Amino acid sequence: MINFSYTVWIPLIPFLMFLLLGLGGHKLKPKLSGLLGTGGLAVITILSYITAYLYFFQSDKIEGTYQKISAFSMTWLPLTDKLHIDLGVLLDPISVMMLIVISTVSFMVHIYSLGYMKGERGFERYFAFLSLFTFSMLGLVLATNILEMYIFWELVGISSYLLIGFYYQKPSAVRASKKAFIVTRFADLGFLIGILILSFNTKTLDFITLTDPAGPAIAQGGGISFMGLSVMTWSMIFVYMGGVGKSAMFPFHIWLPDAMEGPTPVSALIHAATMVVAGVYLVARMFPIYIFSAPAALEVVAYVGAFSSLFAAIIACTQTDVKRVLAYSTISQIGYMMLALGVSGYGGHEGLGYMASMFHLFTHAMFKALLFLCAGAIIHAVHSNYFTDMGGLRKYLPITHLTFLIACLSIAGIPPLAGFFSKDEILAAALHHNRLLFSVEYAVAGLTTFYMFRLYFNIFWGSEAHYHHTPHEAPATMTVPLIILAIGSALTGFIPFNKLVTSDSMAFESNIEWTVAIPSVLIGLAGIAAAYVLYGKKTGFPDKIAAVFKYTYKLAYNKFYIDEIYLFITKKIIFKYISEPVAWFDRHIVDGMMNGIASVTQIVSHRIRGFQSGQLQKYAFVFVTGAVLLAIFFIYLWR
Amino acid sequence: MMNTGIPLQYFLVLATIMFFVGVYGFLTRRNLITILMSVELILNSVNINLLAFNRYLYPHKLEGLFFSLFVIAVAASEAAVAIAIIINIYRRFTTINVENVNEMKY
Repeated sequence: MINFSYTVWIPLIPFLMFLLLGLGGHKLKPKLSGLLGTGGLAVITILSYITAYLYFFQSDKIEGTYQKISAFSMTWLPLTDKLHIDLGVLLDPISVMMLIVISTVSFMVHIYSLGYMKGERGFERYFAFLSLFTFSMLGLVLATNILEMYIFWELVGISSYLLIGFYYQKPSAVRASKKAFIVTRFADLGFLIGILILSFNTKTLDFITLTDPAGPAIAQGGGISFMGLSVMTWSMIFVYMGGVGKSAMFPFHIWLPDAMEGPTPVSALIHAATMVVAGVYLVARMFPIYIFSAPAALEVVAYVGAFSSLFAAIIACTQTDVKRVLAYSTISQIGYMMLALGVSGYGGHEGLGYMASMFHLFTHAMFKALLFLCAGAIIHAVHSNYFTDMGGLRKYLPITHLTFLIACLSIAGIPPLAGFFSKDEILAAALHHNRLLFSVEYAVAGLTTFYMFRLYFNIFWGSEAHYHHTPHEAPATMTVPLIILAIGSALTGFIPFNKLVTSDSMAFESNIEWTVAIPSVLIGLAGIAAAYVLYGKKTGFPDKIAAVFKYTYKLAYNKFYIDEIYLFITKKIIFKYISEPVAWFDRHIVDGMMNGIASVTQIVSHRIRGFQSGQLQKYAFVFVTGAVLLAIFFIYLWR
Repeated sequence: MMNTGIPLQYFLVLATIMFFVGVYGFLTRRNLITILMSVELILNSVNINLLAFNRYLYPHKLEGLFFSLFVIAVAASEAAVAIAIIINIYRRFTTINVENVNEMKY
């Protein structure tokens, strides 16, 4: 057995960095604090890779199964003998995989930020928050029990809030950070309810006990039924609600596009590669419960994922803000992962969807982080978020151009880049399960390619926009991460996920299904061709098409008015008919009662204060009179 | 026994008169020293009561005697404290008229 107890330092190092930079950052030189944060990340990246190597290739497998290892555990809150909340580190294939994803992307983003954030006010604050985020995210994936996960889940939420609102002098950033926090917090309420129902039903919080297919939690089945669904199904739907919020699935997706107000590296780290996949990770973590105890909840996962992916892809085709297109693309791709989990079975080839989802999570983290970092480099050069202000940039930004192209091809699923493999597995899994979802995903694949290349052609080709000063390539601190991530986006497809990360931790055989893959590649190529025809050169086509589908276009351009619907519901209904009466009651009845007591006391005391005259002999007179009266009372009247 | 001649009631009447003289003085006099003297009158009237009751009702016991001794001791120390306070009041207000010492009010 290998001793993995050192892994507890993987989340702790960023935490210590956060304390150091957060408390003492203003005393350090900005550059030094940036380097310190990045150095800490370098250490945990190395540790993560060592852990992954040891776990996947050196640790003992029992009957070909990767074991779940509880590398570290301590009782944090010993409430009663049965109910105690632990903190610990759980290693299993998905958490080790997530370690790699988080540390790699976070490390790249740290390096990139050294260049991107140079000279910004609050440089060390920025790195402190990045460290806090990395700590929380690592804690989330390594959590041994569901409450520990919930704690880190909220920590991730708060660090996301802090980073979105990094430019706190910009009103739009402040609004976006509040929106992100409130929306995800509302969804987390569902998560908490789910946890409470689940733990009440199964009498355990521990993941290993919960997700053991032969364990007591699953053996007890769905439990009593409530409104047509079993209690377990309800609890898993509520748990999934938390995942929906964090992963920005419909209907809680509204915070993610606005979250792009944060610095671009933050978008790459939190809102593309790591935090937003926490929902997917959550479902994957609880997967045995979903599949055995609550298959209906798993259907919900699949349909929510499929709908979100289609919905977001359509919106992405109409947006002109580079980062917003990427944000909708993220929603769409996470929808893919959710769908893959939703259509998956358990064990061996049945669990293809599970494996595909994790695979796509991994590759997506690479190419989406790359896309965002490229967008950052472009915005850095052009000083605008809108691709209508760009064009012909391939001459000025050669490295960015090349890496962006690799990422686009990867997300479009063109072989042999990484996206091809993972997307193919998802489509194959969907095909075996549900034809409807499968065809939706084909459509989304086409749309994905189209909007990515719409972006690509508009930015790098087409007629040159008028620039105030000549755009120039970003410094090396920014281009090196781009190149590394581009290599990742190109090559990670060759990692044999079917041997490493599977639903029952056992290797199974899976080959590329060419009957699925060839049409999907063709659809991808068609999408590229369409994008080229429309946007390769300046033509009037796009406007004409927009004019033909006037209403559809307008609907999609305005994001199907979901924000407006939310505003309507909250402002016109909830605020008006619930909040205002409650506020009135609070202000007039509750406060009124308290104010009434206070003012009555004041009036009475004002009236009688003359009594306290300071005249000693008046007091004595009253005292003697009282004593005489009492004496008369007790002697003559008391019987 | 020595209690021939003077009946108990005489002592009680004396004590009552002394007590009410003390109360009257306490309530009407404005000079703090006089007020203190009134308090002493009240205390001594109580002493007379204690001694008279002890002597007439329980001649073989000594509690009343001891109590009056205690009262005398307490009265002595009380007088010391009171006079110290009065001196301080005089230093602060340059008067010992109780009507002018009325800072402790609303």
